[in-house]
Amino acid sequence: MKLKLHIWRQKNARDKGKMVTYEVDGIISDMSFLEMLDVLNEKLILNSEEPVAFDHDCREGICGACSLTINGIPHGPEKETTICQLHMRHFKDGDEIYIEPFRARAFPVIRDLVTDRSAFDRIMQAGGFVSARTGGVPDANAIPISKKEADLAMDNAACIGCGACVASCKNASAMLFVAAKVSQYAHLPQGQPERKRRVLNMVAQMDKEGFGGCTNQYECEAVCPKGISVASIALMNRDFFKASVTE
Amino acid sequence: MAALVRFLQSTILSKVVVAVTGLFMVLFLLGHMTGNLQMYLGQETMNVYAETLQGLGGLLWVIRGALLLFLVLHVILTLRLKFLSMSARPEPYAVKNYVRATLTSRTMVWSGVMLSLFIVYHLLHFTVKATNPAYGGLFDAAGRHDVYSMVILGYSNVLISMVYIAAMILLGFHLFHAIESMFQTLGINHEKYNPIIHGLSVTLSTIIVVGFIMIPVGVLAGWIALPAGVIVL
Amino acid sequence: MNLDPKIPSGPLAEKWDNHRFEMKLVNPANKRKYSAIVVGTGLAGASAAATMAELGYQVTALCYNDSARRAHSIAAQGGINAAKNYPNDGDSVYRLFYDTVKGGDYRSREANVYRLAQVSNNIIDQCVAQGVPFAREYGGYLDNRSFGGAQVSRTFYARGQTGQQLLLGAYSALMRQVGLGTVDLHTRHEMMDIVLIDGHARGVVVRDMVTGEVQSFAADAVILATGGYSNVFFLSTNAIACNVTAAYRAYKKGAAFANPCYTQIHPTCIPVSGDHQSKLTLMSESLRNDGRIWVPKAKDEKRAPNDIPEDERDYYLERKYPSFGNLSPRDISSRSAKEACDDGRGVGPTGYGVYLDFKDAINRLGKSTIEARYGNLFQMYERITGEDPYQVPMRIYPAAHYTMGGLWVDYNLQSTIPGLHVLGEANFSDHGANRLGASALMQGLADGYFVIPYTIGNYFATAKTEKVTTEHPEFKRAEEEVRGRIDSLLALDGSRTVVSIHRELGKIMWDYCGMARNEQGLKKALELIPELRQEFWENAKVVGDGENLNSALERAGRVADFLEFAELMCHDALNRNESCGGHFREEYQTEDGEAKRNDEDYTYVAAWEYKGVGNEPVLHREPLEFENVQLQTRSYK
Ligand SMILES: Cc1cc2nc3c(=O)[nH]c(=O)nc-3n(C[C@H](O)[C@H](O)[C@H](O)COP(=O)(O)OP(=O)(O)OC[C@H]3O[C@@H](n4cnc5c(N)ncnc54)[C@H](O)[C@@H]3O)c2cc1C
Ligand code: FES
Repeated sequence: MKLKLHIWRQKNARDKGKMVTYEVDGIISDMSFLEMLDVLNEKLILNSEEPVAFDHDCREGICGACSLTINGIPHGPEKETTICQLHMRHFKDGDEIYIEPFRARAFPVIRDLVTDRSAFDRIMQAGGFVSARTGGVPDANAIPISKKEADLAMDNAACIGCGACVASCKNASAMLFVAAKVSQYAHLPQGQPERKRRVLNMVAQMDKEGFGGCTNQYECEAVCPKGISVASIALMNRDFFKASVTE
Repeated sequence: MAALVRFLQSTILSKVVVAVTGLFMVLFLLGHMTGNLQMYLGQETMNVYAETLQGLGGLLWVIRGALLLFLVLHVILTLRLKFLSMSARPEPYAVKNYVRATLTSRTMVWSGVMLSLFIVYHLLHFTVKATNPAYGGLFDAAGRHDVYSMVILGYSNVLISMVYIAAMILLGFHLFHAIESMFQTLGINHEKYNPIIHGLSVTLSTIIVVGFIMIPVGVLAGWIALPAGVIVL
Repeated sequence: MNLDPKIPSGPLAEKWDNHRFEMKLVNPANKRKYSAIVVGTGLAGASAAATMAELGYQVTALCYNDSARRAHSIAAQGGINAAKNYPNDGDSVYRLFYDTVKGGDYRSREANVYRLAQVSNNIIDQCVAQGVPFAREYGGYLDNRSFGGAQVSRTFYARGQTGQQLLLGAYSALMRQVGLGTVDLHTRHEMMDIVLIDGHARGVVVRDMVTGEVQSFAADAVILATGGYSNVFFLSTNAIACNVTAAYRAYKKGAAFANPCYTQIHPTCIPVSGDHQSKLTLMSESLRNDGRIWVPKAKDEKRAPNDIPEDERDYYLERKYPSFGNLSPRDISSRSAKEACDDGRGVGPTGYGVYLDFKDAINRLGKSTIEARYGNLFQMYERITGEDPYQVPMRIYPAAHYTMGGLWVDYNLQSTIPGLHVLGEANFSDHGANRLGASALMQGLADGYFVIPYTIGNYFATAKTEKVTTEHPEFKRAEEEVRGRIDSLLALDGSRTVVSIHRELGKIMWDYCGMARNEQGLKKALELIPELRQEFWENAKVVGDGENLNSALERAGRVADFLEFAELMCHDALNRNESCGGHFREEYQTEDGEAKRNDEDYTYVAAWEYKGVGNEPVLHREPLEFENVQLQTRSYK
């Protein structure tokens, strides 16, 4: 199939950037979206043009590197699917596709479709951990944890840190990302001792990074490639309120 | 004070304030609506009710003050969130689509701003009577301020009724997202109870909208009629 | 070249304890005077950096990913082994040790493997304490599953995302230290070379991938945890950016490279669908717990799988290996699939595929149980192929997956270059000629959490090197070399893309140094690779500049190293005139097609010394001594 692509091109963080239109041909339905971009890039290189830069690595939907907004939806139209796992069989000949980076002030564009998402790392540094030094911990089976709670923790731990939640949100809010981590630990006994400090510090860092506030649009949940529920945000709201009042 | 400022600076806590003030306003709306529906019970009942409210004196002013404070907080904090959100994405998308967020949820600020303007108009219209000073001179047979007739006179103007009806429909959309959203902000989200919360949200917003609209509709349809002796200005 | 493995004395079970006691310690107050650079933030690197920082050392950590959390370890699905014996099915440290040595086809070092089995239990404790949400039973205790090559259930897992959860655990520990200011983390920084001063590893030269700036970091020791080199095959289950550069640069600077030909081909991957393919996707081996593998008995079978009656199907693993059946080790399962396809009985459009069928399991356990166990894997399969595995059997084929070979290290995980330590998949130490499922995660974390934090202290306390800064002329020289190399890559202005050359290299390696090898083919590869390398330097095209993010340039540098490294692999494969584990030489097989080891001549680690591009490397041998395990023909029948 033949496609018309409108792609955001920007040389570096200082450059202004603009949408540029390209045409690609010979795309087959078994290709992944990123393989389609590979085809474009090979063509660009042979024309002595610079290839379109985009983040990607595992190409199996787990590393969270890939981060494209397709026709205004982060990771494109398929539910619970990262863009690297989206296959071209969901498009048809002659389609026009708009490809933009994940946009947010806290995710500045480095080049083309590549953004700097280190704000997420800094939020994690603020409290996204259990302070368990290596060694000196009890036997793994010392504390039984109900399967239900363990499963809930896992549901939230599944976050791949891609930032689609931020990119999709009309407020560019990072609540789902932060709430997923807060909830993972909140569901586990190991997370309890630092529970209040964690939520206070992570939220403070989140606000500092320049993300917008949550207005319960739930767009984040809808585009999350791991289907993380906004119930985590409710839990974080609760925990944060409690911690703010008591700490 | 510093603690309060810190409280209001955090996006999460300011949302909690928005939710709580919103909650009080919803409760107020329910009361206001129930009170107003007494229009259907005739001039006597309505005017007695109005007089009782006026008779509260100082308490009435406390309630009014509180409502005003809630409203101001509600508006200021949401506007601040709006500004934060605008600065959080300086470069907009060339194309933007939504999967789940509804038009209603995305336009809360705008419906909110319009409702605020409406409230100003509504106060000028019926409370301060600045738009229609003559309303102040209406009294019933018992010498009470004739609120009943005032409302009917007000809504007899089709244009004004339309404004009120439109505003109430807007309110409905606002509440539709607001009520459900309030639970989420206050940390209440549970698989088991979410359908109930959703139902409650739909039901409450519908009741409030329909309840309020029934009054101008009643006047226009002639279900609520002007008593004899009141001069139509 | 000194290949002293430095195995501690004493009985196997006491070696590690004795060694820990004998090692010199660094006084707590002095620890902050010592610094280390950790390259890589995968399981091995992140756990090492975090733990060393906890101990008080000054740590600089580097990775080429945009976040430490995205190292390739994140992609591991199936699980991690430990000798906890929670299911009470007869497991023990000794059994895990034994299974690993046997699984590795008796080509690993006993002492290292035993230590690995010993610390495996601590890993699980540590991860649980960090909040890793392992799967649990209703009673609240940890659940286990079984994995290929073992007859006990010793694999801990977190849905199909075990690697992700373990890495996020290590990453969170690392983030904590970064927040505390004890680890200086640089993401999007690619290590380009290693710097030696007076024979000791003292730092690295890196390229900032965003600004293109070339700079150096100096320290008292360098630790490489840079993962494996499966991408030499172009198509593999590894992430796109995985590469051999860091290890290869160390090799060029004098570190011995051990057993490069030991590569693991994973039996359960989604088959190649066309030339556009950029990578292969693994379907966790755990699927073999409930799925049955088969091909049609007849050649050129045209019927749809569900139309082929039972008695016309060949469940070849169950037939050939009745006691392990579908859970036979990876090398055996992969090779059997290849045999079936070479025999013309392969399935799918390319004929390179076999069925993995869940019909019986669904009938026996119900769809919901299967969904609970493998739901996300089934979903992933459907997304990629557009077929529903609940209805039609999956199609799978082996793919390059893991590299047992790596930089040679001694018991302390130190390479032949003093001060250069190597952890995780980047070293060669524990898996011999074949790695068992769920053992790589275990090894990476063992190295990082529980081995290097001790042995590095011993190095610091005994090496007593002088402090250096990046102003040292050696650093300046190395930086110039790196800049020169980048410039020559940027100057490439031919007519082929780097990716097309990488793809061609992959094909050479897959055809001649893949699942089955022979002398003739390897010799052929040794002719083709230098030609392709020449083609690269004469005819490749790299666009863009060195001052901005340039993915074409990054790729070119990695492929350039693969083009040299591939030759080393072939030399090693050619040298090893036997079949063992992942290394199957067609000349050395039994009558019924099983691998034939040659213990007499090849019970050694082949450690190679660099002698210049295109020159034959020099072989050094570390003999392997087995004091506890008896060498046997590996049998899974
Ligand atoms: C699809 C898949 C599934 C797997 N499933 C399992 C499983 O179920 N169980 C199991 O035990 N094992 C499994 N494995 C194997 C296991 O995941 C890996 O062997 C292991 O995670 C490797 O960890 P590592 O820390 O050594 O390296 P990696 O995680 O690969 O990390 C390498 C790090 O080095 C950095 N790096 C590399 N080169 C440079 C450079 N030049 N400059 C700067 N930084 C550099 C990278 O940025 C990265 O941070 C699987 C592997 C794959 C591919
Ligand atoms: S590339 Fe790893 S999630 Fe898409």
